[in-house]
Amino acid sequence: MSEKNCPAIEVKDLVAKYGERIILNHISFTVPQGEILTILGSSGCGKSTLLKHLTGLYTPLSGEILLHGKSIVHAAEEEKRLLMSSFGVAYQGGALFRSFTVEENVALPLEEYTLLSREEIRKKVKEKLKMVNLDGFQHLMPADLSGGMLKRCAFARAMALDPKLLFFDEPSAGLDPVSSASLDELILQIREKTGATIVIVTHELDSIFRISDRSIMLDAGTKKIIADGKPEDLRKNCANEEVRRFLNRGKL
Amino acid sequence: MAGEDQKKSFPEDFFISVGGMFYTLKEEIFSCIVFAGRVSSAVLDAFRHPGKIRKRELLYFMNLCGADGVPITFLICFLTGFILGYQCAVQMQKYGADAFLAGLVGCAMVRELSPLMVSIIATGRTGSAFAAEIGSMKVSEEVDALRTMGFMPERFLVVPKLFAMALMMPLLAIIGDIAGILGGAVIGITVLHQPLSAYYSQTVSWVRPGYFLESIIKTAVFGIIICFIGCWRGFRTGSDALAVGRSTTSSVVLSILFVIIADTILAHFFNNIFF
Ligand SMILES: Nc1ncnc2c1ncn2[C@@H]1O[C@H](COP(=O)(O)OP(=O)(O)OP(=O)(O)O)[C@@H](O)[C@H]1O
Ligand SMILES: [Mg+2]
Repeated sequence: MSEKNCPAIEVKDLVAKYGERIILNHISFTVPQGEILTILGSSGCGKSTLLKHLTGLYTPLSGEILLHGKSIVHAAEEEKRLLMSSFGVAYQGGALFRSFTVEENVALPLEEYTLLSREEIRKKVKEKLKMVNLDGFQHLMPADLSGGMLKRCAFARAMALDPKLLFFDEPSAGLDPVSSASLDELILQIREKTGATIVIVTHELDSIFRISDRSIMLDAGTKKIIADGKPEDLRKNCANEEVRRFLNRGKL
Repeated sequence: MAGEDQKKSFPEDFFISVGGMFYTLKEEIFSCIVFAGRVSSAVLDAFRHPGKIRKRELLYFMNLCGADGVPITFLICFLTGFILGYQCAVQMQKYGADAFLAGLVGCAMVRELSPLMVSIIATGRTGSAFAAEIGSMKVSEEVDALRTMGFMPERFLVVPKLFAMALMMPLLAIIGDIAGILGGAVIGITVLHQPLSAYYSQTVSWVRPGYFLESIIKTAVFGIIICFIGCWRGFRTGSDALAVGRSTTSSVVLSILFVIIADTILAHFFNNIFF
């Protein structure tokens, strides 16, 4: 299969454990290129864990994960780093480097992976920060930013290299409704512009319905995917009552 | 789980906990070896591409473990020389061995005490700070972020610190050497009523230039040990905030232990060279 038309993410029979505790039990799914997938589930059901396996931070107990056809599970160290640099990740808490300014945070991947001059990098950083409405805050330290600003800055950093694959862990949690809605617009814009595949962990129902092409829902009890499909369809017709309850804010 | 544990009788309980201890020990040793390998490869890489070393961080850490530590190093080594001189002067006076005070204080300070004092100060000031810094970066997922950007975290987080420690610790040791000798001189002059010039010439005749080299090499080695252990404990930090406290504590205890062990070996090594 050529890189052009193979799926962005393929997960086959993934099993994940912390110590003795199984968190994900034989999970499989495929994400075609250009799709926006949301991962849903109650708190503590293993969404972040799944994301950390997809991004290669943890090695699964068994199973296979292919990103654009390349295994991140079986890649050698050097190969894995190359693969990792090809996607962007925004973490739940931002995870900006605290000793760097906003500008330096976003510039870091550009400095390391491109041959751009200092001036070009500055321009590029400005452009990315403008996308997330943070232009003008270049010289602040992460400690001086609010929670929402941190998240947006983390977004800008994840997008610095215009990756074809993006992972966001709870991008809109803790944001006010307006910022949260503008973040949703931003995600749709990114997809439109770059055709990137985007995987998002989220609880926000509004976002889920607004942006996702497809949702999968993890269950803490069975440790499996209990629903997979368009969120609108799942809300109305999903066989599983839990899923309908989740998507209807707890009401049926 | 906890309920089951309590029911176990003495021998089982004992063997389980001993087994658990050895298992933990094995895990820690393995992780230490893996970490050493990763750091070595990052250091080699830094030597191969010196342009990729982040200058700003290097300077920041040189300032942190070097310049910022000068006053406290000077004070502690001065007082160490002073105490050593005082204790010896009292004893030596009884036997009329006054003239050897300068040699004793000078040799002891330069060869042993100043490197040790500098290392103990560095353990408390910088080793623990490294562990806390990397530990809290781990808790806030910054280390994960470095990795998913395709970087080797060791390159960013360990290499600048290691170079800064290896470069600045010997300078602190030289300052400590001089401070210690001055501390001894104060005792020589005030308690034993020796003239400064006599104390000076005694010091010069006893303390060989090679001893300063010993001071430098020892502290460079200790600096590398302290930095390595601090960073290693930092990377071993679990994912909660309490874990950061635990890893700083263990970094201090382990650093002091390994500095003393290294000192024992190096003392033997240098004695073979000089005598
Ligand atoms: N490093 C770890 N070591 C051991 N257990 C862990 C670790 N990280 C997470 N867990 C456990 O794994 C389970 C899943 O955690 P995870 O962080 O993936 O949940 P989540 O779905 O992202 O929750 P949230 O919505 O609150 O972010 C939790 O029960 C948690 O206690
Ligand atoms: Mg999470």
